[in-house]
Amino acid sequence: MSENSLSRRRAIALAGAGVAGVAGAAAVGSAVVREAAGHDRSPSASSGAVEFTGAHQAGIVTPAQDRLHFVAFDVITKDRDQLAGLLEEWTAAAARMTAGHDAGAIGAVAGVPEAPPDDTGEAIGLPPSGLTLTIGFGPSLFRDATGKDRFGLAARRPAALAPLPLFTGDALESSLSDGDICIQACANDPQVAVHAIRNLARIGMGVVSVRWSQLGFGRTSSTTEGQATPRNLFGFKDGTANLKAEETALLRDHLWVQPGDGPDWMTGGSYMVTRKIRMSIETWDRSSLAEQEQIIGRRKGTGAPLTGQKEFDEIDLTAVGPDGEQVIPSTSHVRLAHPDTNAGARILRRGYNFVDGSDGLGRLNAGLFFIAYQRDPRTGFIPVQRSLSQRDDMNEYVRHVSSALFACPPGVRGNGDHWGTGLFGA
Amino acid sequence: MRTTKIIALTAAGLLGGTLAACGGDDGGTGQGDSTGSITVKATDTSCEVDRNTVDAGTSVFSVTNSGSKVTEFYVYAAGDRVMGEVENIAPGLSRQLHVELPAGAYQATCKPGMIGKGIRTALTVSGSSAPLTDDAKVAAATDSYQRYVRSQTGALLDKTEEFVTAVKAGDVQKAKSLYPVARTYWERIEPVAEVFGDLDPRIDGREEVTEEGMTFGGFHRIEKDLWTTGDVSGDAAIADQLLADVKEIVTKANAEKLSPLQLANGAKGLLDEVASGKITGEEDRYSHTDLWDFNANVEGSKAAIAALRPVLSERDPALVKTLDTEFANVDAELAKYRDGDGWKLHDELTEAQLKGLSDAINALAEPISKVAAVVAQK
Repeated sequence: MSENSLSRRRAIALAGAGVAGVAGAAAVGSAVVREAAGHDRSPSASSGAVEFTGAHQAGIVTPAQDRLHFVAFDVITKDRDQLAGLLEEWTAAAARMTAGHDAGAIGAVAGVPEAPPDDTGEAIGLPPSGLTLTIGFGPSLFRDATGKDRFGLAARRPAALAPLPLFTGDALESSLSDGDICIQACANDPQVAVHAIRNLARIGMGVVSVRWSQLGFGRTSSTTEGQATPRNLFGFKDGTANLKAEETALLRDHLWVQPGDGPDWMTGGSYMVTRKIRMSIETWDRSSLAEQEQIIGRRKGTGAPLTGQKEFDEIDLTAVGPDGEQVIPSTSHVRLAHPDTNAGARILRRGYNFVDGSDGLGRLNAGLFFIAYQRDPRTGFIPVQRSLSQRDDMNEYVRHVSSALFACPPGVRGNGDHWGTGLFGA
Repeated sequence: MRTTKIIALTAAGLLGGTLAACGGDDGGTGQGDSTGSITVKATDTSCEVDRNTVDAGTSVFSVTNSGSKVTEFYVYAAGDRVMGEVENIAPGLSRQLHVELPAGAYQATCKPGMIGKGIRTALTVSGSSAPLTDDAKVAAATDSYQRYVRSQTGALLDKTEEFVTAVKAGDVQKAKSLYPVARTYWERIEPVAEVFGDLDPRIDGREEVTEEGMTFGGFHRIEKDLWTTGDVSGDAAIADQLLADVKEIVTKANAEKLSPLQLANGAKGLLDEVASGKITGEEDRYSHTDLWDFNANVEGSKAAIAALRPVLSERDPALVKTLDTEFANVDAELAKYRDGDGWKLHDELTEAQLKGLSDAINALAEPISKVAAVVAQK
């Protein structure tokens, strides 16, 4: 094997001695140092590597990267061992790619000329770019629509992984919803994220089939205190009150599955809800600034609540204006989504804007690809969305077209461990 | 009326030539009258072979079709490698197949209606034989595939003649029924056809790939006229040109020897044809007979892999096992859309059904893309 095949950026990768041995073995849990300070969960630069292994999967509290390629698969094999084998193969490829290496052990250009390369090559020369790959398992992996236990896993399905209820106003397209397995690829370079999903889908052919996928840009949430709050396509700051990586106690209570919550294989994991929310961009743009701020419950410029001056000022849900009306309207988004309105429900949002070109009427086909992680959707997303779907004034401008729920297991711990170990293990 | 053709095959120049199977259709019309020949009675529902053990060496099969459908007769080795075959045996006819069979297990197979896995009878060939060397197996692949090509080109020529005759006679119904059948033989051997530059696009080009200054002709031009206006009265010259082109390519294809690497790439290329042209319904956009082409491409891919099988079995048995599994999976998926002796039309399939077919092709094409490197390795 030539050195060229070891990494996309030799100049960085070969800075560490013994790299060849580690990468050549494509060992899980031996991600290579790519940047001077890049060997932890908070890459110093947007181009660095994020550690693949750990107690929790990367890509959840990892500082939200700028780009997303999300994919949901149907499992098409009936063979349990084949599926478990794919999860192991995927894990090795994911460990390589998140470290900035090629998907396969040989590489994009180091193989024999007669063989198709085991990496597709579009990421040659690109740094790791903060790539994280996060896997989740959908309810349909455990039992099919007829109730059949597909892979002898039905007894391992957590109670929390029940299909989401239908919410008021849902306009879900089944071909864009659900899935047996999902992989969320986030990176600071869209080409790196697309490269990862493309190669994983290729490795999975014959075992899984792509059901739907979604590209996203411009993170719409910050997941650490160091990140500025970004804006969604309504032009508002989104995720000011999000759960943040530094809030250890809150993460324990609201984000990570705790021992005793359900089956052991999910302890340290989290449940992911995705919703593709199409925005009526053109009509929103014609609404007045005052109406927009009333709908959201925050100022468009600063992101401050209508009861405050600065973005992070506490919201006063009880404040009443000179006119005797509530300052934060009862049907505003910020009130209906607030923990105080939902028995303390907190979720970690990690969504992305999407623009899928235009529709046949020339309207921007755009909106929010909402992603939320939580300890249990029954006390997280579900009550919040019930509250929103029934009363939120924003519903006039949004339509939920896709929905999915996945159980994301804890992180891969090191050699011999893989994405399917807990689920398929003894 | 079928023209008599004599395909003379020799094993000359072949390493380990004593083991090279040699098959040919002698065009005879007797009733299995050769001394010591094996009699095969084929009907629409049965295939009686009068013995199931033979000695190593040349065997002669006399096949009589007393059914109502056109049939084919094959002798398959493991993995459906064709040792010899006779195509296009019309009802009431008898034909002979000479085939050299080394010791081993085979299946004598009739295919009434020329479709599906056929009706199979186990055939054991006993006797001593020296094992092939690795190089000989590689060389044998070329000869094995050439036999396959020759069996297909004969039927291609016959069916194209019938099709052209029907077009020129203005018999639209008959021409429509012959269109997918003639194309079956064409689609099976496309890897060879593509070797000959302009001929492939002239015979099989679609309207949008017709170059400036050239006339849109070939199968797809006639397809368009048959299915859109139903008027082929102006197509005589195009039909004549199609037949002339097919004759030319048949002559060239019969003489062509594809290298094992070309076979490997051809097997993959045929699946790429399926994935890009047939799944989408682009190939036969007027007739919607894409599943005929789909099946023929898969059969052609299978034949190329079968020719390489002895090499692959030795070098990468796990890959052979995977390919067997995935070919069977494609066949099972396709079988859902059988309609009599033919296939459902492309526009009768739902998106979900087409996706099922696409998944099966992808599952097969990924491992097939690894064959070339195995063949090339030293």
